[in-house]
Amino acid sequence: MIINSRFFNRSELIGFLALAVLLFVILPLSVDIFRLNLVAKYLTYAFVGIGLVLCWGYGGILSLGQGVFFGLGGYCMAMYLKLEASSVENTKIQSTPGIPDFMDWNQITSLPFFWKPFHSFPVALMAIILVPAIFSLIIGAAMFKRRVGGVYFAIITQAIAAIMTILIVGQQGYTGGINGITDLRTLHGWDIRTDHAKYVLYFVEVVLLFGCIVAAQFIRLTKLGRILVAMREQEDRVRFSGYSVANFKIFAFCAAAVFAAIGGAMFTLEVGFMSPSFVGIVPSIEMVIYTAVGGRMSIFGAVWGALLVNFAKTSLSESFPQLWLFGLGALFIAVVLAFPNGLSGIWADHIQPRIDRLLASRRPKSTNYVADGAPAE
Amino acid sequence: MSDVSKPGLQSPLRRKLLMGMAALPAVSMLSRPSFADVPATSAVNTTGLAVTDSEVTVGILHSVTGTMAISETGSVEAEKLAIAQINAAGGVLGRKIKFIQEDGASDWPTFAEKAKKLLVNDKCAAVMGCWTSASRKAVLPVFEQYNGMLYYPTFYEGLEQSKNVIYTGQEATQQIIAGLDWVNKTKGAKSFYLLGSDYIWPRTSNKIARKHIENHLQGCKVVGEEYFPLGSTQFNSVINKIKLTKPDVIYAIIVGGSNVAFYKQLKAAGIDLSKQTLLTISVTEDEIDGIGGENIAGAYACMKYFQSLDNPNNKAFVPAFKKMWGEKTVIGDVTQAAYLGPWLWKLTVEKAQSFDIDKIAAASPGVEFKGAPEGYVRIHENHHLWSKTRVGRAKADGQYELIYETADLVEPNPFPKGYQ
Repeated sequence: MIINSRFFNRSELIGFLALAVLLFVILPLSVDIFRLNLVAKYLTYAFVGIGLVLCWGYGGILSLGQGVFFGLGGYCMAMYLKLEASSVENTKIQSTPGIPDFMDWNQITSLPFFWKPFHSFPVALMAIILVPAIFSLIIGAAMFKRRVGGVYFAIITQAIAAIMTILIVGQQGYTGGINGITDLRTLHGWDIRTDHAKYVLYFVEVVLLFGCIVAAQFIRLTKLGRILVAMREQEDRVRFSGYSVANFKIFAFCAAAVFAAIGGAMFTLEVGFMSPSFVGIVPSIEMVIYTAVGGRMSIFGAVWGALLVNFAKTSLSESFPQLWLFGLGALFIAVVLAFPNGLSGIWADHIQPRIDRLLASRRPKSTNYVADGAPAE
Repeated sequence: MSDVSKPGLQSPLRRKLLMGMAALPAVSMLSRPSFADVPATSAVNTTGLAVTDSEVTVGILHSVTGTMAISETGSVEAEKLAIAQINAAGGVLGRKIKFIQEDGASDWPTFAEKAKKLLVNDKCAAVMGCWTSASRKAVLPVFEQYNGMLYYPTFYEGLEQSKNVIYTGQEATQQIIAGLDWVNKTKGAKSFYLLGSDYIWPRTSNKIARKHIENHLQGCKVVGEEYFPLGSTQFNSVINKIKLTKPDVIYAIIVGGSNVAFYKQLKAAGIDLSKQTLLTISVTEDEIDGIGGENIAGAYACMKYFQSLDNPNNKAFVPAFKKMWGEKTVIGDVTQAAYLGPWLWKLTVEKAQSFDIDKIAAASPGVEFKGAPEGYVRIHENHHLWSKTRVGRAKADGQYELIYETADLVEPNPFPKGYQ
């Protein structure tokens, strides 16, 4: 009895199909490439959201430092792209041609050793996954083995986010400092700035996103997912039952980090640069907010949360340049106070039952749907 | 008739008279449509920008929220004033300027996103915007890809030149070299202590300053160079080092809120700026507002504009600015440079007789603005401005008193040979 008989229950299947239709059909057909590129940018945060659902919603581990992993993934990608954009003929005017422009401005005359592997595309792709995985493994092992949890863990992850920003800003010769790594042009010789490339990247990203959704759903449905929930509810009982709680927590944390890193790498490709402003405390907390608004127990909720909050951010700031931050703040407070389970909670508590009742009144036989749609825990 | 078809020069009265004449049967037989002084949109806009027969849309892209809002607000105000004045004077090629304002929110990717929106969605004919180097670096690829025109107001580190940007502030050498020469000549300064916030502009500026001090000024040397994280408020240790090394000049490029702590701690440590020479390139009247005039009185700043400049242009500009934005506003160097943006764009469009970006980029070199509050500016082939360098001394009332200005305009040199 490792996996349920059905991978998705009925309401999840509806959610999956609705999202697939929206992202694969409706949006590409209805909005222009500029807006579609914005949607792609919003969706990069959905990767982080899916990770947070696993680690926070199911595992009960609140990480306020997901920006670190988003950033690590993004920087790994950006380093590869920057080296490609810094070919000798592109950088003739520098004192040392062939190195990224910001290094030249900072009087660095040769490529630092840790940049060298990023000349290779496969290495860069591997680094996007491995660097955040190993880093989160170290953090996770150091903390969970010592039974650091709850709010202390949240504070420490936040501190790591702050340290990471200071490190990147301070070492500007090696990292581009506060400007970040900008002016990225080609991926393995393919110009990522054209409209055509933006379409391709969008679909690649959506496919990856659904890959992550399926992976997260798989983790959720296995025995592992059950243990995560059990740990969240009664950590001691799980430990007394003979499970190594720390290892499960480390796994959930690493999985969330890898999802965030994939999002970060896609962000670099979609937006064309990476900077420390996605690594620090504020973006990390924003990522938690997207998840909270979407509903931290729902994988699809996280995707919707990232989409809708960012959409609100863009449209509010376009209409009210001076007031939009207040509006957005009010929106968060309203959602958290009125709907603690976020958008997916609204759906599950208010809309889903009505649809079921409507269907049930038409087809009186199928009354057992409601039980199916209720939270599995 | 030749001057009738020449656009942009007629008074409204003259136009009405001509239109009246056109109504005469004898004249109407000529049936020429060229009585309007507004050139046809199809002729001046061949690339689909947001230009109609009566309006042209430009973008304003600054942070009005977040940490940079305090600095960028002045630029927004100056740009809006310039646009209002241009509209009152008849607009650009007979078209009123309409602006779309977007908030960069002190966040570099937001700047890139909004820049793209202004160019792709709104088809802005020009964008006035950005402040920090980071935001400019973030939008530059967008402007180059979608062929937009950015008027960038801030003094900055140089090392950049783009067809799609007009830099209305000074690049580093314009701000640094003349000031160092002045302090060396008039104060006999031989030793310099370089300070800066830790990011690209102060680091590059100090690099240029160091090369100039060591290679071009006889017998001068740098006795210390230190950087502080953005937002840092602890300067006691460096102030102690300054007291020990006793440099002739403290050369300070500290930005933003850190300035407040730095100058207060200098004063508290007993360093009297009327005796110790301090030269800064990062404190404008806007920053003094936060630092407090009494804390910085006596310091020297090297800029191209001070609110106190005594010339006819500035005497008209300062009251107009205060009338629009309130008596209490102060006008710093960057605010003035931001004011130049819309005017330079208007003059360039009229020179090119077109709104097309490529034609504006090509027509920009040589465009001169005689109404600039700083006096007179001209666009160089490298899209930076020829302008004078000035040294002012801070007074307790928060204003600068002009001490020195270069006799001639200083040539912009964003890639200075021998300084890199």
